[in-house]
Amino acid sequence: MKNTQVAIIGAGPAGLAAAIEIASAGGKVTLFDENQKPGGQLFKQIHKFFGSREHKAGTRGFRIAEKLLQDTEELGVEVLLDSPVYNVFDNFTVGYINSNKEQALQAEKIILATGASENALAFPGGTLPGVMGAGAAQTMINVNRVLPGKEIIMIGSGNVGLIVSYQLMQAGADVVALVEAASGIGGYGVHAGKIRRAGVPLYTSHTVKDVVGENCVEEAVIVELDENWQQIEGTEKHIKADTICVSVGLNPLTELARLVGCDFTFIPALGGHVPEHDKNMETTVKGFYVAGDISGVEEASSAMEEGRLAGIACAESLGLYDNQKASELKQEVWTRLDTLRKGPFGQKRKDEKDKLIKLAEGGEQIG
Amino acid sequence: MRVKSHPILGEDYRSEFVDITVDGKKIKAMAGEPIAAALLAAGIKIFRNTPKTGQPRGIFCGIGRCTDCVMTVNGVPNVRTCVTPVEEGMVVETQIGHGRWGENK
Amino acid sequence: MGSGIKKTGVPSREELKNIPGVPSEARLEEGPVAFIECVQEIPCNPCEEACRFDAIEVGKPITNLPKLNEEKCTGCGMCVAACPGLAIFKLHKNYTAKTSIVEFPFEYHPCPQKDDNVRCVNREGQFVVEGKVIQVKSPKKFDATVLLTVEIPREYLLEVRSIERKRCK
Repeated sequence: MKNTQVAIIGAGPAGLAAAIEIASAGGKVTLFDENQKPGGQLFKQIHKFFGSREHKAGTRGFRIAEKLLQDTEELGVEVLLDSPVYNVFDNFTVGYINSNKEQALQAEKIILATGASENALAFPGGTLPGVMGAGAAQTMINVNRVLPGKEIIMIGSGNVGLIVSYQLMQAGADVVALVEAASGIGGYGVHAGKIRRAGVPLYTSHTVKDVVGENCVEEAVIVELDENWQQIEGTEKHIKADTICVSVGLNPLTELARLVGCDFTFIPALGGHVPEHDKNMETTVKGFYVAGDISGVEEASSAMEEGRLAGIACAESLGLYDNQKASELKQEVWTRLDTLRKGPFGQKRKDEKDKLIKLAEGGEQIG
Repeated sequence: MRVKSHPILGEDYRSEFVDITVDGKKIKAMAGEPIAAALLAAGIKIFRNTPKTGQPRGIFCGIGRCTDCVMTVNGVPNVRTCVTPVEEGMVVETQIGHGRWGENK
Repeated sequence: MGSGIKKTGVPSREELKNIPGVPSEARLEEGPVAFIECVQEIPCNPCEEACRFDAIEVGKPITNLPKLNEEKCTGCGMCVAACPGLAIFKLHKNYTAKTSIVEFPFEYHPCPQKDDNVRCVNREGQFVVEGKVIQVKSPKKFDATVLLTVEIPREYLLEVRSIERKRCK
């Protein structure tokens, strides 16, 4: 059987960052991804990132992805693409499929960096072709360079909804409405400001009541909500559109963490059920680490930092770093992570992540 | 519709195409792109009809999770078109219901 | 709908008055200067890094709002291109006796060219006044963010923040 020191599942920002850390420390890494190309969702991020210089602020996401790939290549990280991992068996044996064949690889440590998937939203007409995840639309325009439609309604005003609205217009579509059930915008005001300047009508305290079309989306009916989130009759507006993008949050892709028996906790602010992990990103199953959105949905910069943490911790437990060196390196990452989890948008995530860590380290139990 | 020139990504210089057949009609696809992208570029939005009520479905998640975009490809039903790249000569069919091996409908 | 950035995506007059990134009336009279419309504490400091004159201070934590030192600001516009939120503008109030210029980032196709007449919009995307493009900057280091400098009648200096983007139809 093939073997490696650390198997990383998922070659997105977290997985790549983890791989780079371990390989830099001299460890042998095998990185799995089910897709044809590594990079996860970073290649569709064509906007400039926030943060500071050490977070690569001001650099467009896809350029960060290019750099991560270059580093993994230079470090000789083995990347197995088109290779979905379907289970991890006893003794850290990774079961995966490659070239239509079941294969196995023996690892010493495993990092799960599988990311997240978009939430759906139930509304009449919500299954019509033309209703799609905002992230799916973003992949279409920025990676495949195909416009899913010309007149688009965006549901949800978190950063994903705001950024994808902007990028749909950059790709040449019109965003004819941004619909948000809450009374205020969920994401950064500056992202909202960009699309307001471009003339996108904003409907806060509104939801989609109905989407109509013979075989595809042709029109949406939106309606105002009262303070109890109930539709106010008589406030319906009909908006012509060929595409409805849904951006109402993401949920962590945790199947593998479930299969290996990690303890979970339900934290809505982090996207739902998330594996408990300690400050080293190690789950309650020893030797299994998590990083990125699987450990709580945040954004790509935090995912990379968590990947680094998991990578350093793995390297330490393999004896590639002594404890002092490892704790210095980890402290640097923690400082950068804490920086990203500050302010009105970050503090809540910080509090919830702290809760997760406390649980994994044997603190209080939730239900 | 394809995004030929883009303010951030620049011009699309890809020039390698493959021919695929969708429900008997030939369309040009960009080499290596997912089937779903080629279909959307050609203005095709309906990928399958549901087993019980025959309702149309198209792409939703784009990452191979939701399986709303499955079609019959080269006689194999339930292929996730959002994560399956096109290949020269590929035969893609709107999937009716659960689909059947080796043939459509 | 209420007002303010959280409700509308557009900073209110009040919010703009209370942030440290906006220059004084007097400074606007003197010459080109940065106008930083950053009203939420998000973790971000490329504006501080971009300024060669130490005229922008974010400090630590980087969620601090950027503080403009209007004496040091030369109106070079580097921060305008650096801001990932596209929230910084360069204003030159007394460009001529009757006109001002506003410089802002623009990331859409098609991009207007020098001497084009353009339809200028406010923060809500509403048409305000016709303007004329007097400069289009797109050096490699801006990484595809174009800076447009548009000349407008002076009374619209505090309103105009972009131009209409071309619609599908």
